[in-house]
Amino acid sequence: MLDKIKQFASEFFVTGDPLILGAQVSIGLSLVAILFVLTFFKKWRWLWTEWLTSVDHKKIGIMYIIASILMLFRGGVDALLMRVQLAAPQLEFLNPEHYNAIFTTHGVIMILFMAMPLMFGLFNIVVPLQIGARDVAFPFLNSLSFWMFFFGAMLFNVSFIIGGSPDAGWLAYPPLSELSGSPGLGQDFYIWGIQISGIGSLATGINFVVTILKMRAPGMKLMQMPMFVWSVLSSCITIMFAFPILTVTLFLLFIDRYLGAHFFTLDGGGNPMMYINLIWMWGHPEVYIVILPAFGIFSEVVSAFSKKKLFGYKSMVFALMSISFFSFFTWAHHFFTMGSGANVNAFFALTTMLIAIPTGVKVFNWLFTMYRGRLSFPTPMMWTIAFIPCFVIGGMTGVLLSVAPADFQFHNSYFLIAHFHQVLIGGVVFGYFAGLYYWWPKMFGFRLHEGLGKWAFWFWNIGFYVCFMPQYALGLMGMTRRFNAYDFDMGWQPLNVVSTVGAFLMGMAFIFQVWQIAHSIRFFKKEKDGDAWDGRTLEWSIPSPAPLYNFARLPQVTSQDEWWEEKQRIANGQPAKPLSKLEPIHMPKNSGIPFIMSLCWFVAGFGFVWDWLWMAIPGLIGVAICMLVRSFSYDTDYYIPVDEIERTEAALRGTK
Amino acid sequence: MMRPFLRVLTPVFIMLMAVLLSGCGEQFIVLDPKGPIGESQKDLIYFSTILCAVIIVPVLILTAIIVIRYRDKPGSKASYKPNWEHSTKLEITWWGIPIVAIVILAIVTVKYTYALEPSKPIESAKEPITIQVTSLDWKWLFQYPDEDIATVNYIKIPEDVPIKFQLTADTAMNSFWVPQLGGQIYAMSGMAMTLYLQADEQGTYFGTGANFTGKDFAKMTFKVDATSEEDYKAWVDEVKATSPALTAEGFEQLTEPSVSNVQLFSSFPQGLFHKVAMQYINGGGGAHQHHGSAESEAADTKATDSNTAPADAAETHDHNASHTDSNAHAGH
Repeated sequence: MLDKIKQFASEFFVTGDPLILGAQVSIGLSLVAILFVLTFFKKWRWLWTEWLTSVDHKKIGIMYIIASILMLFRGGVDALLMRVQLAAPQLEFLNPEHYNAIFTTHGVIMILFMAMPLMFGLFNIVVPLQIGARDVAFPFLNSLSFWMFFFGAMLFNVSFIIGGSPDAGWLAYPPLSELSGSPGLGQDFYIWGIQISGIGSLATGINFVVTILKMRAPGMKLMQMPMFVWSVLSSCITIMFAFPILTVTLFLLFIDRYLGAHFFTLDGGGNPMMYINLIWMWGHPEVYIVILPAFGIFSEVVSAFSKKKLFGYKSMVFALMSISFFSFFTWAHHFFTMGSGANVNAFFALTTMLIAIPTGVKVFNWLFTMYRGRLSFPTPMMWTIAFIPCFVIGGMTGVLLSVAPADFQFHNSYFLIAHFHQVLIGGVVFGYFAGLYYWWPKMFGFRLHEGLGKWAFWFWNIGFYVCFMPQYALGLMGMTRRFNAYDFDMGWQPLNVVSTVGAFLMGMAFIFQVWQIAHSIRFFKKEKDGDAWDGRTLEWSIPSPAPLYNFARLPQVTSQDEWWEEKQRIANGQPAKPLSKLEPIHMPKNSGIPFIMSLCWFVAGFGFVWDWLWMAIPGLIGVAICMLVRSFSYDTDYYIPVDEIERTEAALRGTK
Repeated sequence: MMRPFLRVLTPVFIMLMAVLLSGCGEQFIVLDPKGPIGESQKDLIYFSTILCAVIIVPVLILTAIIVIRYRDKPGSKASYKPNWEHSTKLEITWWGIPIVAIVILAIVTVKYTYALEPSKPIESAKEPITIQVTSLDWKWLFQYPDEDIATVNYIKIPEDVPIKFQLTADTAMNSFWVPQLGGQIYAMSGMAMTLYLQADEQGTYFGTGANFTGKDFAKMTFKVDATSEEDYKAWVDEVKATSPALTAEGFEQLTEPSVSNVQLFSSFPQGLFHKVAMQYINGGGGAHQHHGSAESEAADTKATDSNTAPADAAETHDHNASHTDSNAHAGH
């Protein structure tokens, strides 16, 4: 019996690697610590009623952001391990399998479990406030989306201590990702982790499209929406069309692995190239999904800190929507070297270059928003200013890559690696940091320490260039991506060392950010005014953090920068808009179903990964029961009475 | 307040450093091509870089100027127009600038895309030499069908002679890349790709697999020696005289997942390359049997005439659209 348990445990847990053993021990200890703290301070009920069952978009947004910061840590540690391994030729710090697993999880986590939730977190917190709504269109679905993402991400993450990590690359090209190439469980964790969280992403996309189209404050026309809302709309429309492709593709791969089908196998008429096409039909729009909201954030920030209207609003809207459209016609530029022929390559080279045009226009519009403005440089604006040169250079190398015949020399080299890290860090990460710093006071009602934020900023920026500029050079020296080791005679070492130093500088920057948050909580100073930055849009017209119902009275919108115009009117001595009578506010009730249903999905996914039907089937039954219960629950909403609103408002505004 | 300037200059500075430190180019093998294909690609890289730089350098300078001039400081004399948000003239200008640049780049790109189509033969008075490339786990097998010799992880070619590489893979997709001769192309199972390259100078060039194929993918580097035609012929004769033959069993061993040093073979089994390229189309009955034998039933019903396909069938499976000499083949 004991032997059997031992045998099982050695298959169940990943064993034999001191690094992973260390991680297992530390994860175990932190779990115990968390459980202890929750029990000791009697916080279980608080956790359940205030957070886990909450359908409040602001709380869901905060949970997304916490999850994404944890994932940034995990993905960042992966990156540092890789950089250590590459710092010297033929290093044996990580063995090839471990290295392959790490670059796979680094990619998946950074895109799907770091960038996406950080983006969704900002969507959740900002969009309803900017359009003057009291919640998203489908609050229950919103909560379900978050928990699906969360449990999907956990299912993926658990693979490195239980069962084994995937190691076929972040997009899992077959045949490596088929049973023939990956007989282990890692690839199943990959499929189920991404599938479960992918459903959440798709639902979020739908939710925000409906929210933006249907829930805007009275009077707000589409062409009066803040630019961030436009960018969310374009991103969510892209999600709606792209994510089903991912779901279907991974489902086909699952059928291949689980039922022995031949969609992407080498034999039996399968075609791995079909997978590569399909995955990039999702994968390319995906990178625009994450960058478009960053463009929106920059537009908000640049306008707020230039004290000036956003320049070229219509151009911006047109650029956003056309990028979202054209993103679906460029996927084959990820494999010009597949030899599809000159016609195909020429087409995809041209569509790719086409996207450079609206992107370039946006840069000019940001520049001319600052032109004749009054610029101040708190941290959100610093990230924005740093973004422009970084993204312009990254965009330029992107155009170089789009020149199909030249791409034959760049493809899969470190030149490519440097390019997409430059647009993803310089664009997406810088953008979301700008957004996080900008809206932080709105989320929590206190500011982040500016000095520490500047330290973090400089470490991130210098670290970025030190890390990735040498990688362009390494690509031109013939260094291929996904090499776990290289020979002494290649002359790649000096630049690799520089690159590793840069990666650690970014690691330091992350520590500064954690310190910054901890310090700002420790020396908590309540934000007295809801308008932390002398903002322009509606979210700054209400107290920070916003009350449960956001707006006691729905704002009447007449112009683009409604709150700014209102402040101007008041400053000019014009009478403020008359206050309408308060009315009871219709709100959704909290629900535990999203959490439980997603947990059931986790159980089902875990069962499928291990091929334990005794676990998978009850999991799916649990999902079905949750759906049934929800379908027949009618007590899902309530009204906040007027006197409670009055009391809340008085308390919030009274501190002014 | 020089910070914005520094921020802009840092990347440029680091790039310059990178170039200077490494002795101006010798190690930048992509920019130091030794063959006509690599040469054209290098020209294209320089052209597109300069074209882009013409636009982005002024943009970077403009950014620095605007950020410095319009920063909020007491007594700033710069104009402030908080409601200035539209100018048709300006907006047309910067829709126009990228459009013009992209149109120029697009024309050049399309022209080169056709000119540098990998399966297009290189114009030369000399007959091309064919080398059949197979990506195995985790080594390269090179067969010289004209000379009837084979090598592992090593290529020798004569200078100034076009080389016709035919590429396939035994399992996972790889990419065949010799940067100093020219760009890469995927080596994929179940088909044969064509890539023409040529060395204009004698020398030893670095070659590598460029698409991840699993555990020991990083061990799939190889050397390409370009020599005089006499030396090349002498080498072929030497290999024929002194090296062992590659047998069917020997090939089976090569397909086992492992790494390998350079190996030379005086002959190889007839039609081996085509067997490898066609193995999955033949319903698993190809060169060797170690792939999912339980799953080959479905394939058997599909494979009809390809068992009887002529030895050069794989060539007609070339997926390059402009490959003209292919007579469409039913076994596809």
